[in-house]
Amino acid sequence: MSFLAAIDQHLPVIVVLAPLLGAVLVALVRVEIASWPIAVLAALISAAAAFRLVFVVEQLGVVSYRLGGFAPELGIEYRVDAVNVLILLVVTAVSLVTLLYARQSVAAEIDGGRVPWFYAMMLVAMAGLLGMAITGDAFNAFVFLEISSLSTYTLIALGRDRRALVAAYQYLIVGTIGATFYVIGVGLLYLATGTLNLALIVERLPDVVSPRALIAAEAFILVGIALKLALFPLHAWLPNAYGYAPSAATVLLASTATKVAVYLMARFLFGVFGIHVEIGPVSVTGVLILLSLAAMFVASLAAVFQRDVKRLLAFSSVAQIGYITLGLALANPAGLTGAFLHIVNHALMKGAAFMAIGAVLLRCGSSRLDDLAGIGRTMPATAVALTIAGLGLIGVPGTSGFVSKWYLVLGAFDDGKGWLAFMIVASSVIAVLYVGRLLEVVWFREPGKAALAASEAPLSMLLPTLLLAGLTIFFGIDAEMPARLAGAAATVLLGGHP
Amino acid sequence: MTAIASGSSLLGLALVIPTVVAVLVMLLGRLPNLRDAASLVGALLLFVTIGALLPDVLAGARPVLPLVTIAPGLDLVLRVEPLGMLFALVASTLWIANSVYSIGYMRGNQEPRQTMFFAAFAVAIAATMGVALAGNLVTLFLFYELLSLSTYPLVTHKQTPEAMRAGRVYLLTLIGASMILLLPAIVWTAFVAGTTDFQLGGILGGKIGPLAMAVLLGLFVFGAAKAAVMPLHRWLPAAMVAPTPVSALLHAVAVVKAGVFTILKVTVYIFGLDTLQATGASQWLVYVAGFTIIAASLVAMTADDLKRRLAYSTIGQLSYIVMAAALASPLAAMGAAIHIAAHAVSKITLFFAAGSVYTAEHVTKVSQMDGIGRRMPWTMAAFTIGALSMIGLPPTAGFLGKWFMLAGAGSLHEWFAVAVIVVSTVLNAAYLLPIAARAFLKPAGGPVAEAPVAMVVALTATAAGTVLLFLFPEVPYRLASALVSR
Amino acid sequence: MSLVAMLASEATRFTIVLVMVAGLYIVIARNNLIKKLVGLSLFQSSVYLLYLLPGKIFGGTAPIIDPRFDVYANPLPHVLILTAIVVGIGTLALGLALAIRIKEAYGTIEEDEVLAKDRGPAGAAARKAGPRG
Repeated sequence: MSFLAAIDQHLPVIVVLAPLLGAVLVALVRVEIASWPIAVLAALISAAAAFRLVFVVEQLGVVSYRLGGFAPELGIEYRVDAVNVLILLVVTAVSLVTLLYARQSVAAEIDGGRVPWFYAMMLVAMAGLLGMAITGDAFNAFVFLEISSLSTYTLIALGRDRRALVAAYQYLIVGTIGATFYVIGVGLLYLATGTLNLALIVERLPDVVSPRALIAAEAFILVGIALKLALFPLHAWLPNAYGYAPSAATVLLASTATKVAVYLMARFLFGVFGIHVEIGPVSVTGVLILLSLAAMFVASLAAVFQRDVKRLLAFSSVAQIGYITLGLALANPAGLTGAFLHIVNHALMKGAAFMAIGAVLLRCGSSRLDDLAGIGRTMPATAVALTIAGLGLIGVPGTSGFVSKWYLVLGAFDDGKGWLAFMIVASSVIAVLYVGRLLEVVWFREPGKAALAASEAPLSMLLPTLLLAGLTIFFGIDAEMPARLAGAAATVLLGGHP
Repeated sequence: MTAIASGSSLLGLALVIPTVVAVLVMLLGRLPNLRDAASLVGALLLFVTIGALLPDVLAGARPVLPLVTIAPGLDLVLRVEPLGMLFALVASTLWIANSVYSIGYMRGNQEPRQTMFFAAFAVAIAATMGVALAGNLVTLFLFYELLSLSTYPLVTHKQTPEAMRAGRVYLLTLIGASMILLLPAIVWTAFVAGTTDFQLGGILGGKIGPLAMAVLLGLFVFGAAKAAVMPLHRWLPAAMVAPTPVSALLHAVAVVKAGVFTILKVTVYIFGLDTLQATGASQWLVYVAGFTIIAASLVAMTADDLKRRLAYSTIGQLSYIVMAAALASPLAAMGAAIHIAAHAVSKITLFFAAGSVYTAEHVTKVSQMDGIGRRMPWTMAAFTIGALSMIGLPPTAGFLGKWFMLAGAGSLHEWFAVAVIVVSTVLNAAYLLPIAARAFLKPAGGPVAEAPVAMVVALTATAAGTVLLFLFPEVPYRLASALVSR
Repeated sequence: MSLVAMLASEATRFTIVLVMVAGLYIVIARNNLIKKLVGLSLFQSSVYLLYLLPGKIFGGTAPIIDPRFDVYANPLPHVLILTAIVVGIGTLALGLALAIRIKEAYGTIEEDEVLAKDRGPAGAAARKAGPRG
């Protein structure tokens, strides 16, 4: 009992340390067959800790963990509340499922000698993302941001196509500029308040004499994070990165990476600066709504014209991120609940979609739309998962995508913005087009040579895919649990700055 | 109280029975006799279940069965009301006839993949029950989509390139229209009215301007592409490649009826007849539906393929119901409700007859039907009764619905609608009666040789039903008047 | 604060901004993948200076507790920037490694040539037909 209590006390650090140590272990052992089990085990421990944290946070409200016992003034504080516990849960759970899925996909797509490095990088990326979500220290968040970014660049560069190298390089440049912007903003905050702890920054903000320093800090931080979360028009790196990365890495990135960045943005917008602050003549919410709408429409339209399914789904991701940031910008309970629900739901359905494409890539050797023709006949289970995910992206009732969009529309009406609700529905119609195009090819087109020769995906890949697709349906029919968690997150965020 | 409680468990049964049948059919695939028995027994049980609901509903009870709450304000719920009762009754009755007929047809033609066929059929019936008994728009939408999906394997049953093409048109039209038009309409309704529950008198009155209401109605009408209002009608003739029992399912039992049912239900319970009448928001639809009726009848006259002619006849008949709904008068709405039942039973007779002719002699074209009535007297007698009902002549069921529609249109001085009904009646006669004449008046040219017994029994029963419905219209009449009472 | 101190402080700020903008400009304007990385490093270096600026206290000494001194420089920025430098080195190393791999795969490290090679023969032809690459 006391042992369990001791574990409970150290949960926040276990969540991050498990994948980090796992990565070190994988890199040290460097035996191909040992890497996958170690990686899965590390992810499992991390996921279990995150799962336990959900209950602890529901009881205590906030869990604060001081690394090394230093006071927040000097040391680093891990701070878990209803907002980031949801993110931790999504990231660890999806990472775990992704790693379960990865074994055969990685064996086929990565050269033997590099397999351990691939798993090590997956774990480092996971640790970085979790660290970003869990830390209560602005500079520590930067370090974790860079940890996840550096491992992400490596993961992308491990893709088979040589264009993966260019994609990784371009992402490295853009990502580093974004991270540096962020750290400039944090530096300005530090100059103004003398602390890096988010909670302490909030306490000291009222005493800051120069509003211009704050405005500059906010601008730098928001732009820096916007690059990471691929907020339109800072999304140019994303389609190439997702398109050329190895399948398993794409799944991890698409379902978790941008979500954590969204969380960080929400934390700064609501927890630090206050959502209704205006930067000069510009209101943050106004800009955010505008960019979100642009993402929803422009990226969806771009998705309609893609020839590669991975890129199609990547553009769809940019559009779906638009829905999430739109929910943030609404800044009311329903809108925020919708945003956080969509973080969960989009992670599930985009994960399922990219997993299905990974299976097709394994069996047919291509992810070009034309080469997917007729795989509904030879790989029916994979195609069904892809279909469910696609319906979720549209937001069809019966899938979780409908529930999150429902909340967003509700939020738009609560804000007195009926036209926004119309835009949400209208943009979903564009999603019908790109999903419809994909499903038409998958189910109705005559199979090509590769598709005819393909057989159903191996069970080890199929089950995780179907699990995520199944959850997309389940949370579309009974959204009580995710809606409760997302609602709690919304309440905490809004309570911070009433 | 106990009556309502038992009512709601009956609602659950109406969904469970066909689902169980689907599972049983899959499990019993190796044992064709048991498998087909499962379909038959299931159909009978479903009929009894729906029949048991009838007295309560006629007495004014409205049993409710909440299924699941997706999120606050977003429920899946079953709730029976007179129109849904009528539709469920029609579908469950015709499932029996169709099961008998299908067994004869599938065996008589030695069709492959029979297990898949009967399983998909049962799922389609479950979806139809869901559509009929849905208590709000979201529930209705879910089952409506399930119906589209579950009938796709039936439409593509033959798996020939032509069948696959037809399936593609079928699914893309139906699902595409419902995603792009119907779903936005539902979300729009939900947020204007604050609910999607079906309520007598409508939920939109006073909350939305006449123009917006007309647009919203358009989204619903074309979103429910199963109703085949022009220009979204092409999927129906394309789907003719499917086996005849499937055509019967599409045209009579479930699919197109789900379309017009949705439109009628929306006009009565979402818009409200009085609201539509007061704002004139549905006037445009009278013209669109009227055009569809005339145009479809004209196309039917030129079609030599029997099933194609019947398909265009269906498009025309469906638009009677849409037009009646658009007239937004109680009398016309009653006519529409009764016509759902009347058209179902008569159109299924016509298709049964067409399939019977195909099974016995492999005849598919009108021009090949000389003297066929002398060789297959039962079949063609049934066909003639069905044809009379399509035209709307007594003593057949088709007369009833048309009479009420005509009365409704006349009382509103909607002379356009009256003219459409009169002209189309003449056209209907012009494309259906020559078939009967050709079949009976030309020389036989061969001995009497009917289709398999199961098929003849089924089509005789539905033909008898067409006449009986005219003689004893009490149940549909009472349900239809309950629909518009108050 | 003396005039010298004020001028020094302004000059530092000016330098920081200059290095920052110059680095960013190189990243955007240069076509060579290595030069881009040089620009990126300059850009990052400016941030190191930004942090270190307030850590300096005139007359202060290194933050080692000693009875002879009572004014110390703030150690925290130094610690932070040490971390940032490590991150920066990691980024630079990874970027250079990618540049090497790109050179191996494409035979060039000029960005426009790399991009043109992936556009296929059509892209290359168009490039040749144009006035300049």
